[in-house]
Amino acid sequence: MIQPGKKIPMFAIVTLLSVLSAYIAQAQPPHSHMTFVDPDSVFVFKYSSLAPQPGPPENLAAADSPNDAGGAISISWSKAPGDNTIFNSVDGYLLYRSASLDDGFSFLTRLPAGSTGYSDSDPDLKNGENFYYQVAALYGRDTLYAETAGPAVPGAQLFHTKRILVLLFMALFSGTALYLINLAKRGGTLYVRPIPGIDAVDDAIGRATEMGRPILFVPGLGEASRVATIAAFTILARVAKKVAEYQTRIIVPNYDPVVMTICQEVVKEAYSSAGRPDDYDPKDVYFVTQDQFPYTASVNGTMLREKPATNFYMGMFYAESLVLAETGFVSGSVQIAGTDQLIQIPFFVAACDYTLMGEELYAASAYLSQEPQQLGTLKAQDWGKIMAITLMLIGSIVYLFDSGAGEALKNWVIGG
Amino acid sequence: MEQISLGTLIWMTVAAFLTLSIFSFLYRDNPFYRFAEHLIVGISAGYWIAILYHTSLTDLWIEPLVDSVSAFGAAGGSIPAKIGILLANLTPGVIGCLMFTRFFKSKAWISRWPIAYYLGISAGVALPLYIQSFVIRQVAANMFNPVIIYNTIVSDLSTLYYYGNSMMGIWTGIGDIIILLGCVCGLAYFYFSAEHTGVLGAAAKIGIWTLMIGFGATFGYTVMARISLLIGRFNFLIDWVSALGNYFNL
Repeated sequence: MIQPGKKIPMFAIVTLLSVLSAYIAQAQPPHSHMTFVDPDSVFVFKYSSLAPQPGPPENLAAADSPNDAGGAISISWSKAPGDNTIFNSVDGYLLYRSASLDDGFSFLTRLPAGSTGYSDSDPDLKNGENFYYQVAALYGRDTLYAETAGPAVPGAQLFHTKRILVLLFMALFSGTALYLINLAKRGGTLYVRPIPGIDAVDDAIGRATEMGRPILFVPGLGEASRVATIAAFTILARVAKKVAEYQTRIIVPNYDPVVMTICQEVVKEAYSSAGRPDDYDPKDVYFVTQDQFPYTASVNGTMLREKPATNFYMGMFYAESLVLAETGFVSGSVQIAGTDQLIQIPFFVAACDYTLMGEELYAASAYLSQEPQQLGTLKAQDWGKIMAITLMLIGSIVYLFDSGAGEALKNWVIGG
Repeated sequence: MEQISLGTLIWMTVAAFLTLSIFSFLYRDNPFYRFAEHLIVGISAGYWIAILYHTSLTDLWIEPLVDSVSAFGAAGGSIPAKIGILLANLTPGVIGCLMFTRFFKSKAWISRWPIAYYLGISAGVALPLYIQSFVIRQVAANMFNPVIIYNTIVSDLSTLYYYGNSMMGIWTGIGDIIILLGCVCGLAYFYFSAEHTGVLGAAAKIGIWTLMIGFGATFGYTVMARISLLIGRFNFLIDWVSALGNYFNL
């Protein structure tokens, strides 16, 4: 609540005093303790007699930045006198660095008033070498230097102390996955609910066979290491095996050379396991280009020329998703898509017959292969979801009892 | 529009021709589209080979390898350390060369080693990052303070009751509840270990509705961005026609 009767007189007195001080400062030589100040570049408050005597920043400290791969040093200091919103005496801070106390310091950066720290991650910082720092407060044209700090030695840390929860989560997830994989290997039943898009895969391959047209499998634009691409390999294995059994043709245009290599292996293996290794044609699994829209133009052209009966889009997709799906729709193909790219899912939903959204893609991979490893991992993911929901609810419930504890828990979870 | 040079006009005409060739795909597959398609695929493949040669092969392998070999002739540094650096720089190249065994049928199986190495390392590096970004941070973002939500809603309703106006804080509170509910139900939809019946089925239904609303918003937003790209192309064609007119004083 504003109480004008108390605030306004104090404000008026301070303003009056400062204006008066500024007038005195202009009319007379500066006070003895202000002799280093340039009176031409001041605000009213800056050099008033009320302002504290200028001085260097204190408590300068430099130390290796924690929880990183090295190459960074954290520097901190206390604000110089007058560096506040009342007097606003300080114009900024100058930071200097040296590899040796004997070599002299070189300028690093200028920081605004109010700064109390800086993280130096200059490429010149080599792990294991000594570095010294100096900071100076700027008062107009004058600079007041603090004591030097150092030596600070940048280095890498093996353990990130703010990521304990990640470690716990990974340990729990991995432990659960290993247990469930073992359970599946010993013959235990791991139920996975049916996923509508997956049941359509066999029908779509059958349709292609009846029509005597090929199947187009687009493994997306992701690298081989992306989870969605890895899931796409499993689905490709299943599709290729069916294709081999039905003696139809599969075309796999690739964006990434490594993905192409793996796709070739996957399709070749699928043909072998179907008992038809000689039917495999490596020319049908080919590299196009590693450029988004030229790749899209090429796949579009393939759709119109080869007229595939079924198009599979599995993996990572970006802006080309709608262009591909629309072309497939126009060419009359049955289309099944699966991606974990949230922004692209709506386009596939709009233009494809079936869409595997996000984690459904991974689930489809496990559902199709029925491999213990994949089933166990999928089940572990379900447990991970239960853990995440539990943590969310616990976090919100703790707030009910103690706001501070709730905030502390949230910060711990974030790693702050 | 200011007068442009003949060279610029020629390049603009080439760009306009290729743009129209690609647009002709809207009618059907035709020789113009095929020409533009093959041109762009060929150019991009060649371009990326040059880029990757300079940014990957030379910068990341050949140059560090040459440096580590020349370090043996330079003063300073211990020999074991120099050997270590040389091996560290040699190993990626050797692993990469194993991929070429694919060209020899009897040794093609060796090419699976670098693939396995690549996938294993990538998955190992990605897992903690994914858990931190897509799990932990999302969980933290959904830890709402129910007391604040309750107080916000109650104080806003009180203001509305006593003064007849609202600070709209009620929507912030309700929004937080919807986000938490939507997130839990969304996770329920992606629960694969049980049939979606009963409570789980109801939660999954709310989850898929939440997802679809989100997808709808994303769809509209992205389509607007694509329309702006289309407008950009049309603007280019209009500029080209104007430039032609100006150049030939039509």
